[in-house]
Amino acid sequence: MTTNVPASACPVLRWLLSLACLLGAGAVHATGQPPVPDTLQQRIAACTTCHGLHGEGSQDGGFFPRLAGKPAAYLALQVQNFQRGLRKYAPMEYTVRQLSPAYVHEIAVYFAAQQVPYQRKPVPDLAPAVFQRGGQLVQAGDPALKVPPCQACHGKTLTGTEPSVPGLAGLPYDYISSQLGSWRTGTRASAAPDCMAEIANRLAPSDITAVAAWLASQQVPPDAHPQPAGSITPPLHCGVLEGQGGGT
Amino acid sequence: MKSLRLLWVPTVFAIMVIAAWWWHHQRSSVGPKAEDPAVAAAMKDAKVIARGRYLTLAGDCVSCHSVAGGQPYAGGRALLTPFGNIPVPNITPDPETGLGNWRFENFWRALHTGMGIGGEPLYPAFSYTSFTKITREDAVAIFAYLQTLPPVHQPPEPLGLRFPYNVRGALTAWRAMYFKSGTYQPDPKQSAAWNRGAYLVQGLGHCNECHAARDTWGGIDTRASLAGGEIPAQNWYAPDLSMQAHGGLHGWTGQDIVDLLKTGQSSKGVAFGPMADVVASSTQYLSDADLHAMADYLQSLPARQPQVDDALRVSSKAVADRGAAIYGQGCAACHGTDGQGVPGVYPPLDGNASVLEPIGVNATRAVLLGGFAPSTAANPRPYSMPPYAQQLSDADVAAVVTYIRQAWSNRVTPVLERDVIKYRHTPVD
Repeated sequence: MTTNVPASACPVLRWLLSLACLLGAGAVHATGQPPVPDTLQQRIAACTTCHGLHGEGSQDGGFFPRLAGKPAAYLALQVQNFQRGLRKYAPMEYTVRQLSPAYVHEIAVYFAAQQVPYQRKPVPDLAPAVFQRGGQLVQAGDPALKVPPCQACHGKTLTGTEPSVPGLAGLPYDYISSQLGSWRTGTRASAAPDCMAEIANRLAPSDITAVAAWLASQQVPPDAHPQPAGSITPPLHCGVLEGQGGGT
Repeated sequence: MKSLRLLWVPTVFAIMVIAAWWWHHQRSSVGPKAEDPAVAAAMKDAKVIARGRYLTLAGDCVSCHSVAGGQPYAGGRALLTPFGNIPVPNITPDPETGLGNWRFENFWRALHTGMGIGGEPLYPAFSYTSFTKITREDAVAIFAYLQTLPPVHQPPEPLGLRFPYNVRGALTAWRAMYFKSGTYQPDPKQSAAWNRGAYLVQGLGHCNECHAARDTWGGIDTRASLAGGEIPAQNWYAPDLSMQAHGGLHGWTGQDIVDLLKTGQSSKGVAFGPMADVVASSTQYLSDADLHAMADYLQSLPARQPQVDDALRVSSKAVADRGAAIYGQGCAACHGTDGQGVPGVYPPLDGNASVLEPIGVNATRAVLLGGFAPSTAANPRPYSMPPYAQQLSDADVAAVVTYIRQAWSNRVTPVLERDVIKYRHTPVD
């Protein structure tokens, strides 16, 4: 029986087998329905329809955040938080409800590895003082409110920090302001102690507008990779950073 | 006649009041202080515990008795019903908030007769209407397994039932109407596999709790067994499970049933909505023998009456054209212009039980929500469908779902824009 001969042992047979495969594929085509690609991209159409084929996020000022290039552990943790009810957003909760940790990890790694250019997002038309306040909060924080600068964790260039702090650069205004709002109302949460919930509650509503507007107005740096792991000393206790933080 | 018919309202109310009074006088804490020695011995038997674990999975106890992100079996959530919220108890062996102080006899009474440890009738959100069919031996195994779980201290959520449903005594009347206790009685004319399947489907699997219609009082007409029904408060329709003529699963083979329950997907359809949860947390873990047994039993469900022809079937030419155009643009690439799908990847829509169910909620919500088949050991990386809630207006969703419900061999009622508006805002959990 020729089927017992390893294909590598016989170049002619290998060639014949490849030809047979090609013909087989052609036969599927001939029936009218093209074969469904066995790729992760094809499998995760439910994700890419909103977040983009490469996780670029919705274009032209839409709501859906960019996933491309964010740390894989951060992305996987967000899915887990939707599954556990810590993050509330019905379409996401429904979509990821019955995905296994291994599949979630594979999808997270896919989006983390995508490198696609950032698109400038529309910036709301606000007074210069608002942008100034936003820039101050992001770069220096507000000691009176006990709010640390965003840069302390999200990276000097706001591109995030491995393994689990997301970049803020290039996110839409609507998305950032709604996430900070969600932390105040408890519809977004993370492992306790939840440092982002602390910070969002210390900010005034007008500060949220200011931070979101300033972040959305910034150019994304040429190197948008997250900072390496261990390169930050979080100013607050953060459950998600496994107790790396030390301040209050 | 009309005035006579209205008489049942005060009659039922009077029965409820009398029942409440009777129950108040009857109520007493019941149950032995020490465990029955035979049960105590079984509970230490590793084989019994292992079998209990399997049966607990088959009963999908975890899906109600856990909260998202919480400890399995520790309760901590409320079940939404049309009558209000019913807290789900903690069934870990915590002495204060769980089953730590229970003896098997208490557990048996709950499972078999629907009575709580204090002698109170339990709300039938706990499916004792099905669980009563479980054998005593299986109940011992389940109890033995539950008692090996790590105890979790978690008090129950408060009861959120509205009047008059919060009057426990009213349950006595309900039970008289809808509940008959008794373990499963094998049918000697049928095979052992058929009987095993019937036992799993009717008893432990409690399939009928969703796959049958409920009346105003939340009771199930036993004649409508597994004939499909709207899932109260959740806005899903659990399809008819008959595989015979005019049945919801007409055209399915036994292997299709096994595939769906094992992998989350068959060549005829995909488990989504609440059924995806059932597959993920329960049926994927069942042995092939048990799944084949369930399929054997389902194959014997009788043929159904054809749905009545009526003018409602017709939708306007404009709606049909719009639906066809949207289908061609968004759906045909995966589900095919012929509605046949791609076997094992994308489900067919022609003849699909979830497309043809009577109210159209499943197809509407599938279009709005999209989603994945569940990840299972046999299908760990499922394909998915994009959600169209953001892209399609209510009128567009109504048009395309109506098109799907009336294309190919499908001939069922249209879906209206107002239905889509309602389903768009249904919470997902």
